[in-house]
Amino acid sequence: MHGPLYDLVLLPLIKIVVVLAAVLLIVAYLTFFERKLLSYMQVRIGPNRVGPRGWLQPIADGLKLFVKEDLVPGQAEKFVFLLAPVLIMAPALVMFSVIPFGPELWITDINIALLFILGVSSIGVYGVILGGWSSNSKFSLMGGLRSAAQMVSYEVPMGFAIVSVLLMARTLSLVGIVEAQKAAHLWYIVPGILAFGIYFICGVAETNRNPFDLPEAESELVAGFHTEYSGMKFAFFYLGEYTNMLVVSSLATIMFFGGWLRPFPNVAWLSFLDVIPPLVWFLAKVGFFIFVYIWFRGTFPRYRFDQLMAVGWKWLIPLSLVNLFVIGLGVLLLKG
Amino acid sequence: MSDEKKTPETTDGGAAAPEKPPKQPWEEKPVPPEHGDGTDDEDVSALARAVEGAVLSADRFAGEVTAAVARERIAEACRYLKEERSFAFLVDLTAIDRGDREEGRFDVVYWMHRFDDQKRLRLVTAVGGDETVPTVTGVWKTANWMEREVYDMFGIVFEGHPNLERILTWEGFNGHPLRKDFPVEGIDTGAAVQPDVYPAGAGPEAEETAGKEGA
Amino acid sequence: MAGPLEPLFDLEEMELSFGPQHPSTHGVLRVMLRLDGEKVMEAKPIIGYLHRGTEKLFEQETFTQCIPHTDRLDYIAAPTNNQGFVLAVEKLLGITVPPRASYIRMILAELGRISSHLLWLATHAIDLGAITPFFYTFREREIILDLFEEYCGARLTLNAMRVGGVPFELPDGWVEKCSAFIDEFPSHIDEYETLLTENRIWKKRTVGIGVISAEEAIDWGLTGPPLRGSGVKWDIRKVFPYDRYDEVEFEVPIGQAGDTYDRYLVRMEEMRQSARIIRQCLDRLPEGPVMAKVPKVLRAPEGMVYASVEAPKGELGYFLVTTAKGTKPYRCHVRPPSFINLQALPEMVKGSLVADLVAVIGTLDIVLGEIDR
Repeated sequence: MHGPLYDLVLLPLIKIVVVLAAVLLIVAYLTFFERKLLSYMQVRIGPNRVGPRGWLQPIADGLKLFVKEDLVPGQAEKFVFLLAPVLIMAPALVMFSVIPFGPELWITDINIALLFILGVSSIGVYGVILGGWSSNSKFSLMGGLRSAAQMVSYEVPMGFAIVSVLLMARTLSLVGIVEAQKAAHLWYIVPGILAFGIYFICGVAETNRNPFDLPEAESELVAGFHTEYSGMKFAFFYLGEYTNMLVVSSLATIMFFGGWLRPFPNVAWLSFLDVIPPLVWFLAKVGFFIFVYIWFRGTFPRYRFDQLMAVGWKWLIPLSLVNLFVIGLGVLLLKG
Repeated sequence: MSDEKKTPETTDGGAAAPEKPPKQPWEEKPVPPEHGDGTDDEDVSALARAVEGAVLSADRFAGEVTAAVARERIAEACRYLKEERSFAFLVDLTAIDRGDREEGRFDVVYWMHRFDDQKRLRLVTAVGGDETVPTVTGVWKTANWMEREVYDMFGIVFEGHPNLERILTWEGFNGHPLRKDFPVEGIDTGAAVQPDVYPAGAGPEAEETAGKEGA
Repeated sequence: MAGPLEPLFDLEEMELSFGPQHPSTHGVLRVMLRLDGEKVMEAKPIIGYLHRGTEKLFEQETFTQCIPHTDRLDYIAAPTNNQGFVLAVEKLLGITVPPRASYIRMILAELGRISSHLLWLATHAIDLGAITPFFYTFREREIILDLFEEYCGARLTLNAMRVGGVPFELPDGWVEKCSAFIDEFPSHIDEYETLLTENRIWKKRTVGIGVISAEEAIDWGLTGPPLRGSGVKWDIRKVFPYDRYDEVEFEVPIGQAGDTYDRYLVRMEEMRQSARIIRQCLDRLPEGPVMAKVPKVLRAPEGMVYASVEAPKGELGYFLVTTAKGTKPYRCHVRPPSFINLQALPEMVKGSLVADLVAVIGTLDIVLGEIDR
């Protein structure tokens, strides 16, 4: 029907452009969403000046950051300083190449998608630590060190939590995981509630969000690893953080909440719910997790660095191991 | 001890003033408190007995007892008051520039508090322009910054102070702002905010610009 | 085995200049830190960036002209600053203040205390990463500032007291507005407390942080909530009642552990007690003049007096020296509570982490206008 050029180059390219544009737009409006939501939690109105009810605020923010002077500190390591924001932003976007948004709605479905995501997301650590180091500022350096320790520590329990999903789904493909949930007549949140808890806490920590926002704890480290960044480079860190939030929320949706599936996908009398398209289900679930992120930010104080590490090593890692063992045992007994 | 904080006039009819016509205390011409003899105060007399030659005179004014203490004995007197008379709390330490005066140019003032009966006592010691005062940082830790402030503002040197540096002005600032001969409009000390570039004493002296106003 | 092991790497301690431009130093405080990793080995506060020579200025102005300068000391709670100064002058001149004026002063001072504590809570919570209480407290603080504005035209630097009383009668409807605010205010304190008091992270960040014992606190000259947090029941309003504080009922809350959490609880309770005082003052606000009969030109006798008030930060004292027939203070020294409380900072943070330094600076509730004068 189509030539190989269309199948191998043109179609993926279109998909990539569409997804990229959609993700960037969503991320931009995520900042607006967060500001508005926080405002309502904090008895204030939030941005409402740019455009109707403030809807053009993210565009204005982006424009402002674009036209700002691009400062590089005199003592900074120039190349690394420029590289760091890219190292944050690029992996975050690359991860969307394997995330399925709905049936047949993905850029690609590879059979090692979860491994791919775990691998690519670890690159983000380099962005943070290199950004902190190359700025040649003590506050940045401390922020970089903190976040390196934090991200490495929390990746371990996160990995264990994900492995327990693998045990249940017996596939590394994200599409496969969703389909396995459909086949099992069960969202994995039911057996994997503990795994989900661990995963989401780690996800919050990985994205440096409150209450684990120590790398950029502004009351202690001014702005942490991106203290010296301004203009577009700062925007990259900022967008990277929100993109990562989106990735973590998407993965939570896919692994534990049935991805694009409606609730109880196999209960026939609920089939009227199919009126809502799968993509909307997916986005609604992701939106809920984003809301939880912002809710956290509006509610919690910040952990201290040593307490954060203690939570990671003394609680989450043992707990995730126990969880892995229990799930493994369950899978062994039930499926043989 | 609330009475002690108030002037005699206030205690006569202020706080619990019954509505006595025709004239309320606040409608009358105010009568300032008068000076009285403070040597009969038990802490002052105990101090005079315990530390020989410490108490020179004592004054009672507006319910506050002020004892003049010899400069050499001040640390000793403070230590005695803290340890034997349980004045555990140094409320304030400051100085006054008295200008030309035969006892010495400055008064250093110590204002201490006893928690047992909520009593306060003031010691004043006269210091000459080039004399030093024994430090009381060993008696109350809180005296540290207070003495530094007095040093900064008046140039009075406290002997034995662990860290006698300028505190409110910067190193390299010339002059002592609260001395009466320091001009109100300040002096231009150059940009002596960077001690490396402008070491101590680099700016003009207070006297060079003095005499324009005040003093 | 000979000698201790040499470290594999060259372990350097890092010097960090914390401030004067830093989000959580509450102004222009600068703390020089010697850090081992994140551990504070030594902290050395450097102050004076806001020094304006207030005490020198006092010597140039008449007693009445001095009052606006006092506003600018602890600019968060101006009424208590005014109050301390006019009390010192009244003591010197032997002036008795009419009861109505006293009550108005107390209302203003307690409103100032609430507003100061609200600002403290807001910034302290932000320092520890909780951003939401800030907006809730500012909602109430706004009402207080509106009340101030309605009374004297200014919101921050009030200049709302005079030697011998207060300059203005309360405007119409002010008492009702203030009363309505005081009625609902305690429920707002509960609101802040639901966000923080039992919050696990909040407790983790404050319990056992910046501990100072009662003896140490006295030795360091701490006053106000930092002293009461260590369990010393001491409040100038109780021990040396000024104005008409002996006619109102209130409790002096104290802590036990002397840590950041107890100081937090003390300040929260103080706000409730302040509301209680204001309620009593409003209920029995006496009739009568608001100014005593005071000579046009204030001439002091020769002498020295010290008058202090319980400012939100601690004991705020004015030491006033005058010459015979003097119309200006010969010397006026301010005993700023923040200045003296800050002195204990190096002691309180030694060996803790950078994050704790932020918590301790917050819990000392310093205002640089008062420290640097």
